[in-house]
Amino acid sequence: MDAADTGFVLMSAALVMFMTPGLALFYGGMVRAKNVLATLMQSFILLGLVSVLWAVVGYTLAFGTDVGGVIGALNHLLLAGVGGDAPEGWTLTIPPAAFMIFQCMFAVITPALITGAFAERMRFAPFLVFSGLWLVLVYCPMAHWVWGGGWMGAMGALDFAGGAVVHMCSAAAALAGCLVIGPRRGFGKEAHIPHNLPMTILGAGILWFGWFGFNAGSALAANAQAAMAFATTHFAAAAGALSWVAVEWRHRGRATTLGAVSGAVAGLVAITPAAGYVSVGASLVMGIAAGAVCYWAVLQKNRFGYDDALDVVGIHGVGGTLGALATGVFADFGEFRGLLAGNPTQLWIQLVSVVATWVFCFLMSYVLFKVIDATLGLRVSPEDETRGLDVNEHRETGYQW
Amino acid sequence: MKKIEFIIRPFKLDEVKEALTAAGVHGMTITEVKGFGRQRGHKEIYRGAEYQVDFVAKVKIEVVCEDAITPAVVEAARAAAITGQVGDGKIFVLPVDDAMRIRTGETGEAAI
Repeated sequence: MDAADTGFVLMSAALVMFMTPGLALFYGGMVRAKNVLATLMQSFILLGLVSVLWAVVGYTLAFGTDVGGVIGALNHLLLAGVGGDAPEGWTLTIPPAAFMIFQCMFAVITPALITGAFAERMRFAPFLVFSGLWLVLVYCPMAHWVWGGGWMGAMGALDFAGGAVVHMCSAAAALAGCLVIGPRRGFGKEAHIPHNLPMTILGAGILWFGWFGFNAGSALAANAQAAMAFATTHFAAAAGALSWVAVEWRHRGRATTLGAVSGAVAGLVAITPAAGYVSVGASLVMGIAAGAVCYWAVLQKNRFGYDDALDVVGIHGVGGTLGALATGVFADFGEFRGLLAGNPTQLWIQLVSVVATWVFCFLMSYVLFKVIDATLGLRVSPEDETRGLDVNEHRETGYQW
Repeated sequence: MKKIEFIIRPFKLDEVKEALTAAGVHGMTITEVKGFGRQRGHKEIYRGAEYQVDFVAKVKIEVVCEDAITPAVVEAARAAAITGQVGDGKIFVLPVDDAMRIRTGETGEAAI
């Protein structure tokens, strides 16, 4: 056990916890005023729901003893054996409880990311059912495959802090979600304009801040790799913000605040799988690429006609995929080497992990959404959608004016 | 008596208020309103997508004044509100049957 490592990981867990309310504000500002509370709630309540599920069954499915490379055994059911003392063969320098609570925060924010896709039209009860089932059936296997001793990690796929587990996985579910639930009323005809961009900008700032825990903390020790991950995280976000703004300024003639924060988040998403494996120079390149590519990606939804309301696919899906592939190009840390460090095989492994993640998460999520839609019904009635989710689903309004 | 409604650019409110007061208007009611005429709104950009925003923010001023000063009041307000660009607004003049000051019960022009 190492006191510095333990303290660092616990503080990182607190930083990652703060990302979920940050995400709530980021999303909440982008919807219309009548849906602000419902949107905040879809993130915030997952701190409750997912945390409880994580303690009961989630942690053991993800990090229990490996069963065939696909899932964890039930040996940590109700967190049995996950305490202050490390079990035999445990190589980390922190108590299992510290690792478990750090991972818990990742499990909370991942399904919260999906909510941007079906924002402004999803009923609360089926949302809760979906999120709980999705955690167990999609997130826990993914986390096991990559970090829990499963096949993807064994294959050598590099995912430092969750490009596949968190971002691609949630974006694939987001795509399935907006395809099943359908577009918002008036999509393509009337403007769905953000009601409070200052809220969104504050949320993005909190995300950037929390991301230091997300990425640097994923070193699971207060060491050189954590310091590098901290630096690459910051520079990728900075480059992403500049890059997005530069592209939109040229394309539409104005630099927007929503563009600046979207670019920063795109940069953060892209660096996530690579943070501890690449140089600062590579992080700048990845940030610039993420800002420009994700700007282009969010424009495509208008062409394809699916209503990914808050651009989960365009930013987390495309940014995460870009980051996972770029990790295979730029990785150069100890034994972890990518294409430019003379190991082209790594890029192939990354590509396999990208395809497997998208296919598995999309198909599982699509079926889940379909089943819940057929049994409970995902969507509010047209009249309730026009009135807004806040009054219908929660009997509250966000603002008294 | 006439009621005059001015729909003007919000940034012109102070100048118009001064002009109305100088022309002999003793009180007014203002409202922040939205609408469109020939100006037809503006474009906003969110994540690269352009949206047409039809309703433009304007200020509506309502005053009631004696028939005699009405033409001068209208002309003073117009002089203060004009920029010469599309979107300067409108002025409507309506007849008023009667008025009453609630505190004293005075009616007609004495009440305004």
